[in-house]
Amino acid sequence: MSENALLETHDVRVRYHDTHDALRNINLTFCPGEVTALIGPSGCGKSTFLRCLNLMNREIPHCHIDGEIDYHGQNINTKKQNLYDVRRNIGMVFQSPNPFRKSIYDNIAFAPRQHGIKDRARLDEIVEQSLRRAALWDEVKDVLNKSAYALSGGQRQRLCIARTLAMNPEVVLMDEPCSALDPISTHAIEETIGAIKAEGICVIIVTHNIEQAARISDKTAFFLLGDCIEWNTTEVIFNNPHDQRTKDYLTGRFG
Amino acid sequence: MTKSNGAETMKYSQRSIRHAQRNDKIATGVLTAIVAAIFVLLISLIVYIIASGANKAFDLQFLTSKPEQFKEGGGIGPELFNSFYLLVLTLLISLPLSLGAAIFLVEYAPDNEVTHAVKTAIEVLASLPSIVVGLFGFLLFVISFGWGFSILSGALALTIFNIPLLVRVIQQALESVPQSQRDAGLALGLSRWETTVHILLPCAMPAIITGVILSAGRVFGEAAALIYTAGQSAPALDFTNFNLSSYACPWNIWRPAETLAVHIWKINSEGVVPDLAAVSNGSAAVLMICVLLFNLLARWFGRHAERKLMSE
Repeated sequence: MSENALLETHDVRVRYHDTHDALRNINLTFCPGEVTALIGPSGCGKSTFLRCLNLMNREIPHCHIDGEIDYHGQNINTKKQNLYDVRRNIGMVFQSPNPFRKSIYDNIAFAPRQHGIKDRARLDEIVEQSLRRAALWDEVKDVLNKSAYALSGGQRQRLCIARTLAMNPEVVLMDEPCSALDPISTHAIEETIGAIKAEGICVIIVTHNIEQAARISDKTAFFLLGDCIEWNTTEVIFNNPHDQRTKDYLTGRFG
Repeated sequence: MTKSNGAETMKYSQRSIRHAQRNDKIATGVLTAIVAAIFVLLISLIVYIIASGANKAFDLQFLTSKPEQFKEGGGIGPELFNSFYLLVLTLLISLPLSLGAAIFLVEYAPDNEVTHAVKTAIEVLASLPSIVVGLFGFLLFVISFGWGFSILSGALALTIFNIPLLVRVIQQALESVPQSQRDAGLALGLSRWETTVHILLPCAMPAIITGVILSAGRVFGEAAALIYTAGQSAPALDFTNFNLSSYACPWNIWRPAETLAVHIWKINSEGVVPDLAAVSNGSAAVLMICVLLFNLLARWFGRHAERKLMSE
């Protein structure tokens, strides 16, 4: 498909307990430096799809992912694929902020340390850089040894973003990252999304907030009942959707 | 809605609120009375046991000297040591096993019939009467393995007694760690093991430690499982003796070792010393105080660890 596609899905299908189809035939392409918003009513499968992209669905018992997920042209949806490699390169930020019960510093340094970086100066650098990228450095630079639970909800979520960025991922998946946050924190996170997009990171974000999708995304995919109804540039989706159901959803007729 | 209808609703709802408030008061009163009764009962029991044995329990001579067979003035030195030694050995064996089993059951085991069967088996074992565990240990360790009445037999019997309790405690502690913590670890490309050891276990640690200390209290006071395994005799101990095959060596795991709880049972059932009641009361008080300390320690530690984890 696209020339510089980073992540591409071919006929991705998710089943629970062999019978129930949660997701059918999803064909989407994601490029570097591009923000894609996945929208749709609750239970439409957008989060399930997001959790396929870093194979987090593998952790759920009785959940099967069929189809191809190509990362750099290589199908990662195979039995042999090393899950840890995939997740290092395709990071994820969750709906409710879930920092580790560790210090702010260790929240970020923990994963790099597990992946073999032991040098203290290098870790300091990673921590500072990641916190700067998530626009949190100025607020926490003097309290790095404090527990992450001393932070506010918005700060915790930015810490989680920083933790993900510390792995230098090429793709960042976000599952409704602002749904538990106030407008100011939401704004801060949207700024961060814009900044990491400018760095060339591919951002895929699930959101219930249609205005948010319009504000920050380049492309939008509309999901309904396990199908991807429409996928196009955000401009087309919001101004001139081809499918009536997309139009109905965006104008608030359902969902 | 019309005006009169609104007033009607108001009157009705006020009556039902009054009704609910009265019921609430009654329920609160009854529950308070029940709790107060239980509290008074337990406190008086503890105070009675400690008070009857106080003059002995705080007497260093009693706590350190060896028991007498026929004369008065015997102490509980070896018994006290044996109780702690058995407890430490039991925890050394049962804690790693329980930790491994619980981690496997919660984090690794597939959700299938075998796992359910194992979980049920552990629950059944947790409610196994300790005398049954003791007789099983007697048949297996003492007779079949030929280890005789020994600390090792006792420690293994206590291990059988303790493992199901510990597994359940650790299992519950791990299960109560939010799923989002697991997700966070796995999504960073960490393995299940790394996530478990570095993220989940620290979160579960306060609950695990509290549970371990509480189970230690139960092990410490256990008598039935030990009567036929660790035996009912306490050879005099010599703490300068490091010959591991000597009965006088405290660390020898092949020697018989009567614990405090077994001592209480024995002197009451077949004791002939003249100061039988005093020795028994003193031992009971010491046992009570130890178990009480375990519990206070567990509470203090749980609170402390929780606070350290959440803020600091």
